[in-house]
Amino acid sequence: MCDMTVTQVHFTYSLSDDDLDRLRAGDSVELTGRVLSLRDASAARLAGALEAGEPLPVSLDGQMLYAVGPSPPKPGQIIGSAGPTTTARMARFFPALFAAGVRGIIGKGELHGGEVAPFVTHGAVYFAAIGGLGALLARQISSATVVAYDDLGPEALIALEIHAFPAVVIVDRHGGNFHEAARARWRRRPE
Amino acid sequence: MIRDIDVSVLRDTVARLIVEANYTIPSDILSALRDAAVREESPLGRRTLEQLVRNYEIAAAERVPVCQDSGLAVVMLEVGQDVHWVGGSLQEAIYEGIRAGTKSGYLRWSVTGDPTRMLKTAGGDTPGVIHVDLVPGADVKLTVASKGFGAENTSALRMFVPADGVPAIADFVLETVDRAGANACPPIIVGVGIGGTFEAAALLAKKAVLRPIDVRHARPDLCRLEGDLLARVNDLGIGPQGLGGRVTALAVNIEVYPTHIAGLPVAVNLGCHSTRRISTTL
Repeated sequence: MCDMTVTQVHFTYSLSDDDLDRLRAGDSVELTGRVLSLRDASAARLAGALEAGEPLPVSLDGQMLYAVGPSPPKPGQIIGSAGPTTTARMARFFPALFAAGVRGIIGKGELHGGEVAPFVTHGAVYFAAIGGLGALLARQISSATVVAYDDLGPEALIALEIHAFPAVVIVDRHGGNFHEAARARWRRRPE
Repeated sequence: MIRDIDVSVLRDTVARLIVEANYTIPSDILSALRDAAVREESPLGRRTLEQLVRNYEIAAAERVPVCQDSGLAVVMLEVGQDVHWVGGSLQEAIYEGIRAGTKSGYLRWSVTGDPTRMLKTAGGDTPGVIHVDLVPGADVKLTVASKGFGAENTSALRMFVPADGVPAIADFVLETVDRAGANACPPIIVGVGIGGTFEAAALLAKKAVLRPIDVRHARPDLCRLEGDLLARVNDLGIGPQGLGGRVTALAVNIEVYPTHIAGLPVAVNLGCHSTRRISTTL
């Protein structure tokens, strides 16, 4: 099963330009570093603050965001189940978030057309983790700290330390879109 | 012969089932995923399916939710008409069961009280959707499902006319799955409701998506249509998690109901690979 190369990508708070440049749509990666959670409600609030010119509760400069709303931890757990949620729901906020410095999104599902354009403009990368892998992915998270918007419950802004977190590069800096390429590669036309 | 059932029995059963549904994937789905992990031609697709199976093994062993989206609770009751509920409100007992199970099972509270989001507070704590069918007898069949919204958001309903016929139904199913792509968390289960009225078609599609995937329709022509649509869906090439491959869906389940001579309502309800459902009889 291990005929595929997995690229290890380590970052402390932000991904370097070199790392981002190197990644290609379709690469399997394991991500290690600090990410901030992304949800419908928290993204809307961040974008609202940016639009109003208000200070952000946390710097987004160079940040990676992970689209996740974890379930509550059981006693003894660092975090409950914590798989990715659908990225496209938050796509309308990406131009504002990227302008504030965000350089990477981890989520699940597809992005197309206008949803992809801001990635190219700002040199950001989109990674898809596997949807419905909540119990397994929770094991790749070593800390979870609410840093803002506590009132949003599972949609609060949470800083997460992830370790060897498996994902696939979907949208790279060079205009590649792996979901579109994969579908074209595997589609069978009706005879 | 009237049978009294105390609503507290229903409350406690709902609380237990909703936790169980979120910790343990139905055996028919797990078995289909294991088969798919062997059958899938795409290496990335195979690896993805193996990880899904591993996730379900971890969740069951550690008794944690299979997915952080523990869904919107859908409770379906087939109530024998000779049953008499005592001890309180049936609806409130179901709601209390969902609330209790969500809390005790460390499930995520995923409900917003106001769908318009115009209220500044979440507003209320109504925790689920209830459907009741009245049937002969004195038994109660209870199904509890936790419907994740990745797949729910990609579902669709269209009102066709009779002349559109089965080709239009097939095209609509394929169009819906293709548009959903990776967002519905494939491999998916495709529930198709055909007939009835606008709302009845949607409910048929929900019942279809919650039907075990190793049960085919009893009508031979519909059984064949299920098989034909599954093959065509899998030819779309979406594959596990949209990463390309042969296994886009595990099953296409169809449910039908008579409709108006002028109509052909069709609803397509998609279920992710983690379509959580559990049934029991009271």
